[in-house]
Amino acid sequence: MKQYALKRLFGMIPLLLGITIISFGMMHLAPGEPSVVGNEFNPKVSADDIERLRAHYGLDKPLYEQYWNWLKRLAILDFGTSFSSDGRPVFDKVVERLPVTLWINILAMLLILVIAIPIGVASAVRQNSWFDRGMTIFVFIGFAIPSFWLGLLLMISLGVNLNLLPVSGIHDYSWQQMGFWEQQLDLLKHLILPVFVSAIGGLAGMSRFMRSGMLDVIRSDYVTTARAMGVSEQMIHYRLALKNALLPIITLLGLSIPGLIGGSVIVEQLFSIPGMGLLFYEAVLSRDYPLVMGITVIGAILTLLGNLLADLSYAWADPRVHHGAGS
Amino acid sequence: MKKSILNQPLLFIGGSIVVFIALSALLAPLIAPYDPAMINVRDILLPPSWEHWCGTDTLGRDVLSRMLYGARVSLAVGFVAVGISLLVGIVLGSIAGHYGGSVDASLMRVTDMVLCFPTFFLILAVIAFLEPSIWNIMIVIGLTSWMGVTRLVRAEFLSLRKREFIMAAESLGISSFQLIWRYMLPNAMGPVIVSAVLGVAGAVLVESGLSFLGLGVQPPDPSWGNMLTEGKDNIQIAWWLSVYPGLAILITVLGYNLLGEGLRDRYDPKSSGR
Repeated sequence: MKQYALKRLFGMIPLLLGITIISFGMMHLAPGEPSVVGNEFNPKVSADDIERLRAHYGLDKPLYEQYWNWLKRLAILDFGTSFSSDGRPVFDKVVERLPVTLWINILAMLLILVIAIPIGVASAVRQNSWFDRGMTIFVFIGFAIPSFWLGLLLMISLGVNLNLLPVSGIHDYSWQQMGFWEQQLDLLKHLILPVFVSAIGGLAGMSRFMRSGMLDVIRSDYVTTARAMGVSEQMIHYRLALKNALLPIITLLGLSIPGLIGGSVIVEQLFSIPGMGLLFYEAVLSRDYPLVMGITVIGAILTLLGNLLADLSYAWADPRVHHGAGS
Repeated sequence: MKKSILNQPLLFIGGSIVVFIALSALLAPLIAPYDPAMINVRDILLPPSWEHWCGTDTLGRDVLSRMLYGARVSLAVGFVAVGISLLVGIVLGSIAGHYGGSVDASLMRVTDMVLCFPTFFLILAVIAFLEPSIWNIMIVIGLTSWMGVTRLVRAEFLSLRKREFIMAAESLGISSFQLIWRYMLPNAMGPVIVSAVLGVAGAVLVESGLSFLGLGVQPPDPSWGNMLTEGKDNIQIAWWLSVYPGLAILITVLGYNLLGEGLRDRYDPKSSGR
């Protein structure tokens, strides 16, 4: 197991390098430089000034040198400083925004698991029942619904019309005056809609996946054998089948991470949540190279770590994986 | 037995929706009740009525007419983006699956790498560095969604390579290109077509998301996504600006998804009922 984990960990290094090369190349092939943008027609900014700005940000060096310098700093978690007027380190900016985004995504994932697994199991056990058909319709709609539209509808109905939930930000105006528990309750109320909206696509996918996994197991030979030997249906469904059908869920969770992280841009923009997604959106609009690059790389690293975690838990849960790891 | 009752409806409903949306897009200039760009200051923010079925927006433009023209944008982006991703995916997948060995290993490594990116981040970054326009969106969505097709084509090729008719063609000395083009690809098309249909749905969703963020199709050109931005800005006073364009996206994506699932059941009966 330890050997397998180490092997996987080292396997990440070329992937990481590839990721940095792709993001770096992409940013620098694109037109529009921060030292030029907004200054082209400004009579007070001479060509010399622009050159000085370029030199200041290291943009005058050859591309491979810029990449190498950036990579060296990356190794010590130095993502450079933001081009924006506050000029703060990218890493600090991201780290202060990251917790909200992580919380929303982790809560969304938990919500997906807690709701989708029972739905999938119940649909499979009662295949072609009304419940199963109803859930199939829900799944198709869940796949097709644009998350930001669902968010808008919920904002209109629950927020504006019924005035039940807050529709923007993560704190109420009176946050400062609240007691500790009041603050937690307020935070929770602000997170309900964003978490639900982030989860909707995964909810549909996961319940569908769980259903087909259960059906596979229920139809397998060893379940038929167990049934022939007189094992009760209860026992078959909830002891034998569920355990085996749960395994692939781990992998699917790992695969859903890029979608969740990418989706946080839209969800955070919609609900004005000060997380990494909104930061990225603002960085993209202001062409803040270091910030865009830093967040892209951090997002990709988070994805890689998520996948690694998923693979390791899979190997831990299913001994067949690492015993046959040589192949 | 269950198949004929349960699966054909998918194909039928999905197909009907797809045809309906395609016709509305094609015939938009003929059936739109108003000029989608006509500003009318006297009719600002009218709720749905017989004159304006889906109401009017902040400039007094007819929402239904704008939605019909928006359908053109969504479908154009969907088809062109999927076309690009198919082209890249089929070429890379064929090369990897046909030549195998180190070519295959390195191509698959690159594919895994791109899969690690949160795709939406990648798209957003590129879009903001290029000017947001309908062409750039098509290209960027296409270039960030080929990985699935590549894997699919490669897997089909790997299993096809062991089939007798392929080995026969190969031993007759046919060129690699001929072999791929005439024998392997046609036999691998089934799953590729299904993933293309599902891909249109995905591209429509991504386009609407980008336009909603203001990084896609730019106003005054109507797109379902940028109409929803206006809906968000007027969320307190005009629900119809949010409800109808979103419904159009939902129905379109649903249609392509149903069609894709229906086709999948047809070519691969094993997967039915899942």
